Amino acid sequence: MNRYLFMRRLTACVAVLMLALPLIPLGGCSDEGLDFGVRPENRARPVELVLLENGRPDPSVLAEEQVVRRGNGEEPATLDPHRADGVPAAHILRDLFEGLTTISSSGQIVPGAALRWNISRDARTYTFYLRRDLSWSNGEPLSASDFVYSLRRALDPDTASASAAALLPIANAREVLAGELPIEDLGVALLDDEFTLQITLTGPTPYFLGLMASPVAYPVNRRNVEAFGELFSKPGNLVSNGAFTLNEWVPRTRIVLEKNPLFREAGDTLVERVFYIPVEEASAEVNRFRVGELDWTSEVPSNQFAWLQKNYPDELVISPWTGSYFLGFNLTREPFVNNPSLRMALILAIDREIITDKVTRFGERPSYSLVPPGIDGYVPFTPEYADWTQDERNHEARRLLEQAGYSDANPLHLEIRYNTSGNHKKIALAVASMWKQVLGVSASLVNEEYRVFLQNRQQKIVTRVFRAGWISDYNDPYSFLELFRTGHRGNDYGYSNSTFDALLDEVGTERVRARRERLMFEAERVLMTDNVIIPIYSYVSKRLVNPHLRGWQPNVLDHHPTRFMYLLRTRDTASSAPPSTVDAVSQAASVEAEALPPPESILPPPETAGPQADEVDDEDSSERIEQETGEGGS
Amino acid sequence: MRQEGLLQLAASRLIGLVPTLLVLITISFFLIRLAPGGPFDAEMAAPPEIRANLEAKYHLDEPLLAQYFRYLGEVIAFDFGPSFQYKDWTVNELIARGFPISATIGGLAMLLAFFAGVLIGVFAALRQNTASDYTVMGIAMLGISIPNFVVAPLLILVLAIYGGWLPASGWDWTWQRGIMPVVTLALPAIAYIARLTRGSMIEVLHSNYIRTARAKGLPERTVILRHALKPTLLPVISYMGPATAALITGSVVVERIYSIPGLGSYFVQGALNRDYTLVMGVVVFYGMIIILFNFIVDLLYAWLNPRIRYDEGE
Repeated sequence: MNRYLFMRRLTACVAVLMLALPLIPLGGCSDEGLDFGVRPENRARPVELVLLENGRPDPSVLAEEQVVRRGNGEEPATLDPHRADGVPAAHILRDLFEGLTTISSSGQIVPGAALRWNISRDARTYTFYLRRDLSWSNGEPLSASDFVYSLRRALDPDTASASAAALLPIANAREVLAGELPIEDLGVALLDDEFTLQITLTGPTPYFLGLMASPVAYPVNRRNVEAFGELFSKPGNLVSNGAFTLNEWVPRTRIVLEKNPLFREAGDTLVERVFYIPVEEASAEVNRFRVGELDWTSEVPSNQFAWLQKNYPDELVISPWTGSYFLGFNLTREPFVNNPSLRMALILAIDREIITDKVTRFGERPSYSLVPPGIDGYVPFTPEYADWTQDERNHEARRLLEQAGYSDANPLHLEIRYNTSGNHKKIALAVASMWKQVLGVSASLVNEEYRVFLQNRQQKIVTRVFRAGWISDYNDPYSFLELFRTGHRGNDYGYSNSTFDALLDEVGTERVRARRERLMFEAERVLMTDNVIIPIYSYVSKRLVNPHLRGWQPNVLDHHPTRFMYLLRTRDTASSAPPSTVDAVSQAASVEAEALPPPESILPPPETAGPQADEVDDEDSSERIEQETGEGGS
Repeated sequence: MRQEGLLQLAASRLIGLVPTLLVLITISFFLIRLAPGGPFDAEMAAPPEIRANLEAKYHLDEPLLAQYFRYLGEVIAFDFGPSFQYKDWTVNELIARGFPISATIGGLAMLLAFFAGVLIGVFAALRQNTASDYTVMGIAMLGISIPNFVVAPLLILVLAIYGGWLPASGWDWTWQRGIMPVVTLALPAIAYIARLTRGSMIEVLHSNYIRTARAKGLPERTVILRHALKPTLLPVISYMGPATAALITGSVVVERIYSIPGLGSYFVQGALNRDYTLVMGVVVFYGMIIILFNFIVDLLYAWLNPRIRYDEGE
């Protein structure tokens, strides 16, 4: 009896456990079926946007609490603008600081700390005239000497900044960086007074104004840095000059910014607080968006297009991005040395539309050249084969392969090398099978961990065909073309063509926009005719955005300062009509100050929103790291 | 006399700790540096001037042996140095912030696993070869086999997204955010402990002293709880030492899926980024935790196993 009782209790305990633990997932299935919680039509909707005469939103449509929570990908390495690199840190730094120039909500270069500037006739001297009423977030006045100090600091060997490479166009920068000249010799000086800054360059640098809007050129507060040393960028210490100040940083949990009341446009900044939430896993970010913990994701998982499109049609925002995905040839190794027809055959045999339709799937555009479309009005070079049908291309590819000496009797074996991340493997697989099918070329896939891959690619010894690509932080085709200069540190292809190099030199000195574009077009033509890369597609930026969040615009740089954003009130459910189509499209609301759109005539849909002309017609270039270091489980 | 035995044990463990850690540090120091690629590699190589500045800053320009001895000196002072990757933080700070979180989640998971696992195991052993035994053990087998990268998203989907009862992920020291990671981590351990307990219990139940206890007419509850349970737990305890050390130092998969800022991701992120100091810091720290827990297991053994006590001449 005793034993029986004991066993009964034990059984009860175990039964409860068994139900409570592993069966939870099944217990949760409701009669709704395994679909999802809140259907698109049942989610809270914002009220219609109403704009005032000055282009700002009417206060009556704004949510009471202006707090924006942005998913931000990887944890930023540092918030020291001079030592930071990577996209996540840049997003936060654009909110915290402001350079001499800055970007508008549409991604154009506009005056920042400098009100205006002069560029000398030889394009080597830039004179910036600063606003006179600027202050740091601690109330100290900000002047041109802060910029002198900051640019020197960025290039100081002791700072050991990795992103300082972008500042090499400044006179004597290389020598200062190498410790050969004192930092005082850097080509940065006050001109007449505390509010005039002169920067001398080693040579014409067409993208220099854009460079001055990037983190490595942001000012840091000298007393702040000297008081705290490398810890100056921690919360409580950091003094900044942007629209927000740093309030809290819990590593890998959140970074909280508060509105800076001393910012020069604080009156127009509606957001009171910004949360930057680092989420390493794209799917975790989407989950947090779905339960309403995030207003904005840094990306979406690359394999969930159909699902997102169906369930989050209003939230999913896709727009062109300044990035190209391509494969590179190692021109210094056989079989590719002096063998353009073989390379052309391999380029032709790829059906790019299959890759963008079936593999990448987020509306990426098949690409036939290096520079992605939509960069500052530049129209990329289009090779002749872009207009052919795939059958014609395949036919020509087979002819060229034969001409290069390969046949069934003498088959070609290749390796495609890529790093362990994202869609690289799927794309390599698709390319290999197309080559096999069309050309009978067998290609094996070599998968490498990111750092190993980078090293191999830079050494140019074991690589043959490899994953490449570039996403630029600068709205200038030059930032793509320069990667192929002889001896450029981004030139992992071993490409060297004096005609191409000479054209790029001319691009550097040419100040007439139309002529400069023609020169870049010509350079791109030379490059594409030399068959150095296999263009695959141009990138898109893709994310989920809360439809209540407005004021930002899709732009090719994918830069979105929070200070232009605001949250709309939620529409009353009682009075809500079925969601209008206007509303669905309006998340890309353009609120440019000079345009005065009536409330209904809102903006272009995200897919077509291109860059707009601006009176400040300068571009910029530099580098940006496309680091997709995903990893598997343990 | 027993006191003395324990002290001896502790002393020998402590002495053994030094060479173990030294071997661990030496091997991992040179292994991570053997890995191709360096901490400052990027999509585009840095200019030589910048590379030189960075290497000088982190002493990577010194000969490898000099770096090794410098590192040994720092470790003796419990200073793991600055992280290469998370430039605003030292490795000490990162561990100090990450470890309490991982330890809480892992510790709770182990606690849950222990109680639930033993309960299920005892139940199954008492019902040996019946339908309920097979059912419970079948489910336990399932628990071992289903990887946590399947369980975790399932839990999120059901509890957070459909149900809306719990937050989807993230960490802020509230119990709501702790439930799913704790359960996810505990499930395989529950299953493992249940199987260990069952096997061990069946063996113990066939031993002479249990037969004696039953023959004396002791109530079943007393037989099981007072006489059979303690020896049954021996294999469980030896499993739990290293398993606890592994759980409280964080799981990469669980941390990534639930966005938990624990210690586990640093192993993988540090190695992938060639963040030498971070990798070394967490490896040394992990080594110390493992040694500590093995020591605790030895102590528990001495307490649980009467034979060890008799050997000591009590």
